[in-house]
Amino acid sequence: MSILIHEDTRIIVQGMSGRIGRFHAEDMIRYGTQVVGGVTPGRGGETVLDRPIFNTVAEAVEAVGAQASLVFVPPPGAADAIMEAAEAGLRFAVCVTDGIPSQDMMKVKRFLRRFPAARKMRFIGPNCAGIISPGKGFMGIMPPHIYLPGRVGIVGRSGTLGYEAASQMKALGIGVSTSVGIGGDPINGSSFRDILELFENDPETDAVVMIGEIGGPQEAEAAAYARDHMSKPVVAYIAGLSAPKGRKMGHAGAIISAFGESAQEKVEILSAAGITVAATPSAMGETIARVLRVGQPA
Amino acid sequence: MDIHEHQAKDVLKRFGMPVPAGGIAFTPEQAMHEARKLGYPVIVKAQVHAGGRGAAGGVKLCRSEAEVSAFALSLLGRNLVTKQTDASGKPVHRLLVEQATEIAREIYLGLVLDRKSERIMIVASREGGMEIEDLAEEKPDALLRMVIDPAMGLLPFQSRQLGFKLGLADDRVGQFATVLRACYRAFRDLDATMVEINPLVITGSGDLIALDAKMSFDTNALFRRPEVAALRDAGQEDPREDAAAEHGLNYVGLEGDIGCIINGAGLAMATMDMIQLAGGHPANFLDIGGGASPDRVVAAFRTVLTDPNVSVILVNIFAGINRCDWVAAGVVQAYRELNLSLPVVVRLAGTNVDEGRRIIDGSRLPLMSADTLAAAANTAVKARPTIAA
Repeated sequence: MSILIHEDTRIIVQGMSGRIGRFHAEDMIRYGTQVVGGVTPGRGGETVLDRPIFNTVAEAVEAVGAQASLVFVPPPGAADAIMEAAEAGLRFAVCVTDGIPSQDMMKVKRFLRRFPAARKMRFIGPNCAGIISPGKGFMGIMPPHIYLPGRVGIVGRSGTLGYEAASQMKALGIGVSTSVGIGGDPINGSSFRDILELFENDPETDAVVMIGEIGGPQEAEAAAYARDHMSKPVVAYIAGLSAPKGRKMGHAGAIISAFGESAQEKVEILSAAGITVAATPSAMGETIARVLRVGQPA
Repeated sequence: MDIHEHQAKDVLKRFGMPVPAGGIAFTPEQAMHEARKLGYPVIVKAQVHAGGRGAAGGVKLCRSEAEVSAFALSLLGRNLVTKQTDASGKPVHRLLVEQATEIAREIYLGLVLDRKSERIMIVASREGGMEIEDLAEEKPDALLRMVIDPAMGLLPFQSRQLGFKLGLADDRVGQFATVLRACYRAFRDLDATMVEINPLVITGSGDLIALDAKMSFDTNALFRRPEVAALRDAGQEDPREDAAAEHGLNYVGLEGDIGCIINGAGLAMATMDMIQLAGGHPANFLDIGGGASPDRVVAAFRTVLTDPNVSVILVNIFAGINRCDWVAAGVVQAYRELNLSLPVVVRLAGTNVDEGRRIIDGSRLPLMSADTLAAAANTAVKARPTIAA
């Protein structure tokens, strides 16, 4: 197993008729991902990349058995598209869109909580690179060839910094079970803690690399979870050591606005919870390599 | 996006917030005119997007026309440096002239987007007038917090509860509910990220009034809030950040000398950290975004070079949605078009990396290539020109 996406996950792309949606859907299909259709309101009945386009997510579920959705809808309609996916009964969605208003995300989070656990949709993003289970499939915008299939999970806010970790690991011969980008927005679908829990319960993941950054409470929450509930080792890196307080560093969520949100404070919190923190971003690969060696019989 | 105090007061007043009578002035004559209308004494307040104005000499109680005129002359057209600005400060182009308020008590009231509960949170304290950061540090127990369920909105009993906890007189709790409702509705209806009334004052006659007001807005929601977007004062923002944004670049100026051109906010922060660990200092944060064309890369070089402190440029690209060959073509184009002579270190990885490296190597320009993040940062730090002894 891997988490969230496997070789047989049936995926639709919301916004597949658009230039960006089509470009990345093509990449996903080339990699072997099961893309079974697309949704663009008003374009139902058309065909893109030899896949049927539907007017609604519900039709896609009915006609092609869609299970998961990748959302490329522009910011004004993105939250609505995510809620439509949840209502249609999809179990999983990823939204790449950057620039969704925070209050729209508040609404999405509330909407998702309405469903009973048995049919609740897990949501990743927005403003993220997506998710890949190397060798099986991916939903997102990452370059898939930099990931070696393997047994280490990656979870991070930043897309490109996740690529950096995967390529350092590949250079050392360490593969990835699944890599999840949770996105750089202040309010997001799944937190670090949520993804750590999935990795802890995945029999094909042995350890996790967690890539955090300044701003927000989620790294501290993840640290407490790892300390109290995880048997698998976690290696972390926190970006933004050199970031000044009160200045937003690109991501809407990357701003030090409260106590415990600076990189130094987060490193201390993670270390205190028994997580091995890589001292530099170029040491993510070697740090996980060292932790994996310790865990193995001599 | 931040707005001025007088704008925040106008916005909140529309939602029912009591604010002092006052007017805005762009010249000393207008300031005197506003003061005459109000009657002395008046408070004259410099309008800049930064806190700490009082301590920096930007606020004054004036008792005569001569005082208003002299104070307005001394402020307008100058930069005000407060503890929240950088060393050059923010330009003062407008003044708020207000009726002076008799202060019996000061309360702190703020609304923020709470990332933990993913809801709007109200923060209040009996200790008004202090900065919230200082309050949180010095008197954490004095901070009252309340989270609002977006489905229900602010409920009257919640306002009462908070009003009584703040020690308001029984007959003022209703007025406090009006104040709180104004803040909450303005926050919700206009896509704010922060509303702060500091201080909320109880006057000598026992009334509540917003003596100061700050509002920030979600830039992602400006597309549906044209009335908020119209309140923007570009003169308060870093012109380099604005110019960069027009090219799709995300730029934040910093104090160091190593100019950074990177893709992705996380990688940009990590590269800046790496520079610092290697003993250098980043001059800026710059994210070129996704799908960057050669022209956007040239614009990134121009942006970074507006900072006279830059002595080295480090380009670090891990391409996913980007293409290394486009970035490389942009680097070569920038080097030639801008007649660069300073050292440029280039690290490329990801999509089309081989084509990208061929372009860099084939250009015969003195560009320094690096294979890894660590090598790139170390090379950039070593490439800084040393001052001859």
